[in-house]
Amino acid sequence: MNARETILQRVRTALADRPAAPPVVRDYHRAGSRLADVDVFAERVADYRATVHRCGASVVQERLSDILRARSITEIVVPQGFPAEWVPTVRTADEPVSVEELDRISAVLTTCSLGIEQTGTIVLDAGPGQGPRVLTLVPDYHLVVVREDQVVAAVPDAVAALDATRPQTWISGPSATSDIELQRVEGVHGPRTLDVLLVASA
Amino acid sequence: MRIALFATCLVDGLFPEVGKATVTVLRRLGHQVVFPMEQTCCGQMHVNTGYPREALPLVRRYADTFEPYDAIVTPSGSCAGAIRHQHAQVARQFGDDALVDRVEAVAARSYELSELLVDVLGVTDVGASYPHRVTYHPTCHSLRILRVGDRPLRLLRAVDGIDLVELPQAQTCCGFGGTFALKNSETSTAMLADKMRAIQSTGAQMCAATDASCLMHIGGGMSRLDVGTETVHLAQILASTKDAR
Amino acid sequence: MTTFLGMPTASPTVHLRTGESFPDAARTGLADSQQRHNLRVATTTIREKRAGVVAELDDWEQLRAAGAAIKDATLAELPDHLERFEAAVTERGGTVHWARDGDEANAIVTRLIQATGETDVVKVKSMATEEIGLNEALATAGITATETDLAELIVQLGDDRPSHILVPAIHRNRSEIRDIFRDHMDDVDPGLTNDPEALAGAARLYLRRRFLSAKVAISGANFGVAETGTLCVLESEGNGRMCLTLPRTLITVMGIEKLVPTWRDLEVFLQLLPRSSTGERMNPYTSMWTGATEGQDFHVVLLDNGRTATLADPHGRSALRCIRCSACLNVCPVYERAGGHAYGSVYPGPIGAVLSPQLTGVKDNPSLPFASSLCGACYDVCPVAIDIPTMLVHLRAEVVAAKREEHRVPTAEAASMTAAAWTMTSRRRWTAALRSLSLGRVARRMPALPPPLSSWARSRDLPQMPRETLRDWWVREGSDVPPAAPEEDA
Repeated sequence: MNARETILQRVRTALADRPAAPPVVRDYHRAGSRLADVDVFAERVADYRATVHRCGASVVQERLSDILRARSITEIVVPQGFPAEWVPTVRTADEPVSVEELDRISAVLTTCSLGIEQTGTIVLDAGPGQGPRVLTLVPDYHLVVVREDQVVAAVPDAVAALDATRPQTWISGPSATSDIELQRVEGVHGPRTLDVLLVASA
Repeated sequence: MRIALFATCLVDGLFPEVGKATVTVLRRLGHQVVFPMEQTCCGQMHVNTGYPREALPLVRRYADTFEPYDAIVTPSGSCAGAIRHQHAQVARQFGDDALVDRVEAVAARSYELSELLVDVLGVTDVGASYPHRVTYHPTCHSLRILRVGDRPLRLLRAVDGIDLVELPQAQTCCGFGGTFALKNSETSTAMLADKMRAIQSTGAQMCAATDASCLMHIGGGMSRLDVGTETVHLAQILASTKDAR
Repeated sequence: MTTFLGMPTASPTVHLRTGESFPDAARTGLADSQQRHNLRVATTTIREKRAGVVAELDDWEQLRAAGAAIKDATLAELPDHLERFEAAVTERGGTVHWARDGDEANAIVTRLIQATGETDVVKVKSMATEEIGLNEALATAGITATETDLAELIVQLGDDRPSHILVPAIHRNRSEIRDIFRDHMDDVDPGLTNDPEALAGAARLYLRRRFLSAKVAISGANFGVAETGTLCVLESEGNGRMCLTLPRTLITVMGIEKLVPTWRDLEVFLQLLPRSSTGERMNPYTSMWTGATEGQDFHVVLLDNGRTATLADPHGRSALRCIRCSACLNVCPVYERAGGHAYGSVYPGPIGAVLSPQLTGVKDNPSLPFASSLCGACYDVCPVAIDIPTMLVHLRAEVVAAKREEHRVPTAEAASMTAAAWTMTSRRRWTAALRSLSLGRVARRMPALPPPLSSWARSRDLPQMPRETLRDWWVREGSDVPPAAPEEDA
């Protein structure tokens, strides 16, 4: 027998007592249990030392430009599919194609797929305006736009809304480590600065 | 109410004062206490050391001895936990279904002292007086197997004259663990050292608990270090009155 | 022959065992006051953080029960889930390999790397590859594997052994880490301070060019979804994302117990795991990918290595629910004092004390099931409700049974346990034994107490022997005392 057959046979032998699969009782808060509170979302994102800005739908471009100016960022990569009317007034660059190019860029601006209020998480799934996974990883600065109507209440809502087979990155604050004395320190390999612009529903 | 006392092997042989105190408290509350002479040990030491087969006759003996009684009390969270959660497992392991039913029925009527007082007899003030500074160590099995919660503390708070002080890191094990204290003596001693440090930091004269076994461990360490703090079982505090002093 | 090959098999891997017994191995950790201080500080910090974020969820117990049930249900139908997972990964362009044990997994990974022509690979922290000693196997084949998790890097640079599931360098404090970096990192700033941010910055610089040039990465997986073939890695630093996205070839080594049946099941575990492990509402980064995502060459190695032997024990199989959060380590009073190295396995702490002997068979790890005071704190915090104390007790009986089989003559312990039970099953014998105790004739004439009392007496006094047993008191006067009349007016 090859390894595959052997392991499967071993598993069947191990289950010779035919244990019954217990029923999975899902009496925890399921998707749709409640509406998201965007204020709590903003607080929880900020808890991780991301900086949260909020604005109305009509002034996104100005606010993005202001945020970048305040950070002294003069050039930023904007992936395909990012809403044209939001593109800030600093110099923008296309998605780099090689790792070397990627390493030279210092800032990236994206949209997201959704936000999770309960955990302060932002999920990217390589959809329009989000770019491939590396794009929001290698640059040291990530600015992400979240629309208030994209914020869901809790993890089950997010899982229900997402497509498992798309490449996903769930982001909760900037890169961090707890490896030194189990105290959280921000900034290891991923972006050390995460700015979030939360846009009110129109 | 007629209540059977299961003293536990340790109290019977080494800490009879704890058993006497249990009798005193229950009698003061107007109950009749009986001590079935056939009792020995709950068998927990055997089970927890890997000898369930040797524990089986002890499990059966407990059921035989205490089956006639409506309420059984034991001044030990650990032994009550073993009776409530281990006896049926042992009987089941050896395929004795009739025994499973019997031990489950007896276990349902077996209570640790604070459970009996608070839940069955419905009292928290047992008329005790104990003018000492006391800290309370919740033993692991009373806390996490029996889930006695704050019942012992409610009883202690009602004691006249007591100065009850909170124990830091109270829920951390003292390091006894039955034969663990012998097999892993050095780790056990390290755990004990931290527990004693916490007890000393409270400035208490007495460290109270619901288990003579853990108290034997803590008391043995404190006696060796001659720190001046002593151990006392919950039953002994509850048995104390102004008259008795 | 077929039946024989298909029998659940224990793991031969050396990283799960040591010749040294726990009490002996614990001595080193107990004597290391710096390590004990480091562990106390770190575990106290994480315990409080965990308790805080768990208390935020009013449905924690329901999530915990669901997590346990999903895992048990998966294990009960594991062959189906494995086949579905394989089909889903294959359909999306990935390749599935099967490894009966660590050696076979190491050989598969080595072969896959050699096929790329690379000799340097980057690694995401993974317990499965730790367990099978992949780094050492790769080194033998001339392949250098660089650990990219900060704590793993500290361990690797310091030529140390991991001592914790989540934070392998938990036994090191910031100053020790600074010293390791200064001594072993090329190009490190000699003025590096022990400030955690500076230390994290040094690791960032050290690893950056390795990430950018790596062509092959190796990872583990926290979860694999059978219905979709999706794999999931939770991490904090971004090193995982670097490894999972930058290299052209990704090889994931995953135990067969890591599957969950459906995508929806992750809604439970993505709540249980971060809160239990780092005490956060959510870890900074979670990556999910399915098959050959974004054009990568993707391989997954499904590992048995003793898991089927664990699954074969109806009383022990719930250890396979473990999601490696390490909450049980952080609350364990034994772990906190003895340290992770005392367990002699890559899986330390309470879960290690059950999992290691199950994976290897109890004969190879006979002291681990006894390395617990059975205080039960581990069970309370376990996010998938593994009843570790009960399993430890079950394994202790297995150890005793194995010893019985090995030796025809009973061990001293077995003899004293038998003697105690014999004494305790007779009122006459028991009464006599207790009386001999109360008369102060201790040590030698105490058939009810097992040796060695000497280890007790090293640090604790024995209690003063009473003049009279409770039963003798009862006979003398206890039974004659009538109950007091209920107090009407005190």
